[in-house]
Amino acid sequence: MTQQATQEGLSTPTSGYDPSTSIIEIDHVTKSFGSFTAVDDANFSIAQGEFFSMLGPSGCGKTTTLRMIAGFEQPTSGAIRLDGTDVSRVPPNKRDVNTVFQQYALFPHMNVFDNVAFGPRSRKASKDEIAKRVPELLEIVRLADFANRRPSQLSGGQQQRVALARALVNLPKALLLDEPLGALDLKLRHAMQFELKRIQREVGITFVYVTHDQEEALTMSDRIAVMSDGRVEQIGTPTEIYDNPASVFVAGFIGQANLWPGTVTGRSGETADIVALGGASLKGRCQSEALRSGTDAVLMVRPERITISTNDPGPTIQRVRGTVVDLTFQGPIVRLVLHTSDDTPIIANIDPDHDLPMLRPGDNVWASWSTNAASVLPASPDHPLTATDVVDEG
Amino acid sequence: MTTVSAPVKSRRFSKKEADDSGVFARRWFTPYLLIAPGTLWLLIFFIIPLFSLGRLSLKSGGLSNYSTVISDNSTVIVRTFVYASIATIAAIIIGYPLAYVIANKGGRFKNLLLALVVLPFFVTYLVRTLSWKILLFDGGPVVNILHSVGVLNEGQGILGSPFAVVAALTYNFLPFMVLPIYVSLEKMDRRLLEAAADLYSSPARAFRRVTLPLSLPGLFAGTLLTFIPAAGDFVNSELLGSERTVMIGNIIEKNFGKEFFRPELSALSFMLMAIILVGVIIYARILGTEELA
Repeated sequence: MTQQATQEGLSTPTSGYDPSTSIIEIDHVTKSFGSFTAVDDANFSIAQGEFFSMLGPSGCGKTTTLRMIAGFEQPTSGAIRLDGTDVSRVPPNKRDVNTVFQQYALFPHMNVFDNVAFGPRSRKASKDEIAKRVPELLEIVRLADFANRRPSQLSGGQQQRVALARALVNLPKALLLDEPLGALDLKLRHAMQFELKRIQREVGITFVYVTHDQEEALTMSDRIAVMSDGRVEQIGTPTEIYDNPASVFVAGFIGQANLWPGTVTGRSGETADIVALGGASLKGRCQSEALRSGTDAVLMVRPERITISTNDPGPTIQRVRGTVVDLTFQGPIVRLVLHTSDDTPIIANIDPDHDLPMLRPGDNVWASWSTNAASVLPASPDHPLTATDVVDEG
Repeated sequence: MTTVSAPVKSRRFSKKEADDSGVFARRWFTPYLLIAPGTLWLLIFFIIPLFSLGRLSLKSGGLSNYSTVISDNSTVIVRTFVYASIATIAAIIIGYPLAYVIANKGGRFKNLLLALVVLPFFVTYLVRTLSWKILLFDGGPVVNILHSVGVLNEGQGILGSPFAVVAALTYNFLPFMVLPIYVSLEKMDRRLLEAAADLYSSPARAFRRVTLPLSLPGLFAGTLLTFIPAAGDFVNSELLGSERTVMIGNIIEKNFGKEFFRPELSALSFMLMAIILVGVIIYARILGTEELA
């Protein structure tokens, strides 16, 4: 699953948006509830027409940020601008954004048509306009035959689409989606991911999407903001975030990652030398200014970027010697666990076509990867590495 | 057969197993057994007396008993329903905001506030109503204050007036209005109001289009629970009213004591029931509560 997401993630971005025209600006926004800081100095902007995701574990502040954009919460400090206008203190009913709620929050006493017509009626749209626009939207979400049903007579996926139509009918400047697929089962979720992308392309409205599901974010987004403990850890395209994570947290949260502690021994431009994995001298890409010779760091390599060979692949490539500990067949891939001389685990995902002699536990092999595949990240006191989470399932 | 002989201690049966073994098989008469006590109770203490009352109301004069009763008591009948209606409306006006505040702003005091609403019920109905007499008598604290403020003229009192009766009716049945409304407001999903605000509704419009419709079942139940007993009540008028405030209940109560089996009284009781029933049906039609259930 993760593997598949990775490949799809690499093929994004898909929709054309113009990064130079920002529709939402989050300007140094902090939100505190009592002594608890839910969002800590968030500072980014979202472009017109963009599919923007906020991704992170529960409690990371992504929903609070979304609720501040919607107007349900007010920032403790900082400003939120919508299309250039400061809306930080504007109530939700006077903001030109609409929300798709986590549990949909459809009006149970109204049928599908009236639910969708709720927004236009609030804005005193004419009867003719409502009679024209509501069926149009129901057509887009493929619920044209369900206009007279009550929400309770619809399946979860159908309710989801009503919620979407109810928000989109207003043609807001941005659509805010709070874990909209969280309540659906896996199969439906995949179908709806596709649907959401289709609809977003069709209507061309900015989507701000909150999720804790990294696969969902990678698959759908133009850009992702990865959040943790109220802070934005990294913002970038799915490819950037996957290939070039800015922190140990991002590397571990998105996809699988080998994370090995080590010490920086040298630095030249965007490449750092690091000693890790039982004294091996290795190289990796490095963007953090703080990493200099002598500082503690973490070396990150994705399991699928590692090649296994029985012969020494030579010094032109990053390589370590290890002993096979475990082999697991996982369908599309074989998962191989090696231990280096100091018992640091290396996990490699190998596709079954890989030309390799029969490996058994106890065999000595070389694990190698290109310098490009390795990142040297700052060691993080918030996310100390332990033996068990060296590879995070995400 | 293995099912029967197998050790079944603390083992859970699947539905299929249960059907096969017959242990939990549904028997056709189980539902009837369950409703039997209630049915029997209603039959003996409600249906049969009602039936004999109905038969009695047609004795000696037949249907003309009804026309006699209506023409003799037209003022009282109208007054009864006017009083009950005003008391019900007043209970809505007082009770709805009360229930709304407790449900939405009560926070951790919710249960305490609800207990306060129900608290008067720990005192008998009769004593509660009698205590109003102490409050409202001429020369009592309430009347004195109203005199000094100038709301009442010298010599005017409250006791014996329609106001006293209707106010006491409102007071006595208020909790029956508050509790059902509270329940329907309490179970309402707060996010619906966020959704309404998100869809450009002002708080007033969100109340009108979302909160109010969703609390209609509670409002409906509260109205019935207030209006029906208020229309049949005699205690409030008896204790706080006068000849000017006689209600149907008073006539029935007064005369039933003396001449137990008078057909006209039975007819009057049936009238009361019939009018309430028709009123409730019309009301239910207007509010359309089946759809909301």
